[in-house]
Amino acid sequence: MAKGVWIVAEQRGGALRKVSFEIASAARKLADELGEEVSAVLVGSGVEGLAPELAKYGVDKVYLADDAIYADYTTDAYSAAVAKVVKENDASILLLGSSVQGKDLGASLVGKLATGMASDCTELKIDGGKMVAIRPMYAGKVFAEVGIESYPQMATLRPNVFAAVENAKAGEVVKFDAGIPADALKTKVLETQQDASGKIELTEADIIISGGRGMKGTDEYKILEELAGLLGAAVGASRAAVDAGWKPQSDQVGQTGKVVSPNLYIACGISGAIQHLAGMSSSKYIVAINKDEEAPIFAKADYGIVDDLFKIVPELTAAVKKML
Amino acid sequence: MNIVACVKQVPDTEALIKVKADGSGIEEGGIKWVMNPYDEYGVEAALKLKEANGGEVTVVSLGPARAMETIRTALAMGADKGVHITIDAVDEYNTAAALAAAVKEINPDIIFCGQRAIDDDSAQVGSILAELLGIPQVTIVTGLTVADGKAKAIKPIEGAQLVIESPLPCVITAQKGLNEPRYASLPGIMKAKKKPVDVKDAAALGISVEPKAKIIKMTPPPERAPGKIIGGDDAAVKAAELAKLLREEAKVI
Ligand SMILES: Cc1cc2nc3c(=O)[nH]c(=O)nc-3n(C[C@H](O)[C@H](O)[C@H](O)COP(=O)(O)OP(=O)(O)OC[C@H]3O[C@@H](n4cnc5c(N)ncnc54)[C@H](O)[C@@H]3O)c2cc1C
Ligand SMILES: Nc1ncnc2c1ncn2[C@@H]1O[C@H](COP(=O)(O)O)[C@@H](O)[C@H]1O
Repeated sequence: MAKGVWIVAEQRGGALRKVSFEIASAARKLADELGEEVSAVLVGSGVEGLAPELAKYGVDKVYLADDAIYADYTTDAYSAAVAKVVKENDASILLLGSSVQGKDLGASLVGKLATGMASDCTELKIDGGKMVAIRPMYAGKVFAEVGIESYPQMATLRPNVFAAVENAKAGEVVKFDAGIPADALKTKVLETQQDASGKIELTEADIIISGGRGMKGTDEYKILEELAGLLGAAVGASRAAVDAGWKPQSDQVGQTGKVVSPNLYIACGISGAIQHLAGMSSSKYIVAINKDEEAPIFAKADYGIVDDLFKIVPELTAAVKKML
Repeated sequence: MNIVACVKQVPDTEALIKVKADGSGIEEGGIKWVMNPYDEYGVEAALKLKEANGGEVTVVSLGPARAMETIRTALAMGADKGVHITIDAVDEYNTAAALAAAVKEINPDIIFCGQRAIDDDSAQVGSILAELLGIPQVTIVTGLTVADGKAKAIKPIEGAQLVIESPLPCVITAQKGLNEPRYASLPGIMKAKKKPVDVKDAAALGISVEPKAKIIKMTPPPERAPGKIIGGDDAAVKAAELAKLLREEAKVI
């Protein structure tokens, strides 16, 4: 019978990504409820040293595939490795992060394992021994409870929503060789172009300050960047700002951009169109600064200021400077 | 080239979505249905490849009778023919399995999907389809060149961009940035009416549908508690009050 809660740990460049600790903690919670173990699959090249970090967040066993062929993430290599070990061990539940890599790997595993998966979940629970996943649909206009009828019961978890909780376990390492013939690997990473370094990734940021059409231009974002610098925040943008060429596509929050869940989201000069809300309505606290009191963003905001952002933001920066 | 684009009919992004009283699904009355925006990028990419290399573009859609409108839209944009799979509302795996059965008969050089459908927001079907066809995939693609039997795709990831090469045939899932989808022209709309569309059900495709992911219940999103508007005339006072609330009440800075 299918048994055990499994996760796929996500690493890049030899470091585990934050979402790995979040899914490990979520898996631990489910496993404790079921009285089962948490196993993590760790795939990469020269990554054995990462196993203890996973153990710290509640992983009992780390299944390690360490080989030069895994130096770059490719869907075919990683998916073949994870599918093999998960199938052999008849996993009951399999969780991944809903990051770019996790989404890609998860969906490919659904095909390989002929099972079902709930994408981008914001909550998980156990009901009658089975996993129930809760996830937004229709850009957050609907929430659905999803059950998976086959094994493994798969889900990807929205980054920044599940708390990473330390809970040290043994983290025994089990090495495995997926025995993938080199000619089975079809895709190749030709190049990796890093973005300007030092930028905080939107999907992992605790605080995001976003600017929309109300910013009026590229240079004006400096006032957001100054505040962001003080708070350790990332700077995002609405589609109107991206389409105007003020900010790159990679900064766009919303339905056609990134889905983010920071602790604090400050929307400056953003009206709050449904497609923008789709990307940020699961933020824990939302602040709106907008000179139009009718702007729909105020309906979602925990705190709002109806005023000119060019007056408020510099004053907010000054107030924060005094405070910190 | 033999090119396939998968298109899904979804509610317009502006549509008001209401959950049925029993939580079994959404109320469909009054919804304006459109082609999934990401599939528009896929259709455009397919048409561009055909224009450069010759060949044929087939659009495939699974859905109820109304899905035919979306197929016609793609035909009006310039696709040559369509396949309408008349199965309604199934999970991602079964959708992909039905698409795979239809696509196998076409034996394409390249298949386009959207990176995600904006109704279920699953971002799964393109990848599952690739697995079921046993061909490689590159997901969330914002740039593409195809030459010498290979696709070279640009894929943004967190903090970087990858250039990935894949042999053909492969599945590409389209992301905003890939291109600017064209509008259907009036002559295009006239011509679309005469283009052939094959209609197939599960039996004709030789598949059986056994759901793997099941929606137990839908609910409206959790309500957010009403917020606080910080009033007053002095920007400095209001900003200081906000900073204080964020630090002392919300404890987020
Ligand atoms: C298929 C589809 C997908 C989409 N995807 C996305 C998406 O992913 N992300 C996204 O953001 N949008 C998306 N959109 C676009 C969306 O519908 C809106 O057009 C967009 O979000 C508007 O951006 P905005 O709020 O910056 O601009 P506007 O709606 O123009 O709002 C600007 C706001 O700034 C305020 N303002 C102006 N000057 C000042 C000032 N000095 N001080 C304070 N306030 C000021 C105004 O009062 C106004 O409320 C999508 C649309 C479609 C159709
Ligand atoms: N019913 C369908 N008919 C045709 N294509 C579909 C269907 N469902 C999903 N797809 C394709 O798969 C992509 C991803 O869908 P999803 O996994 O549902 O988010 C869509 O953008 C479409 O290209």
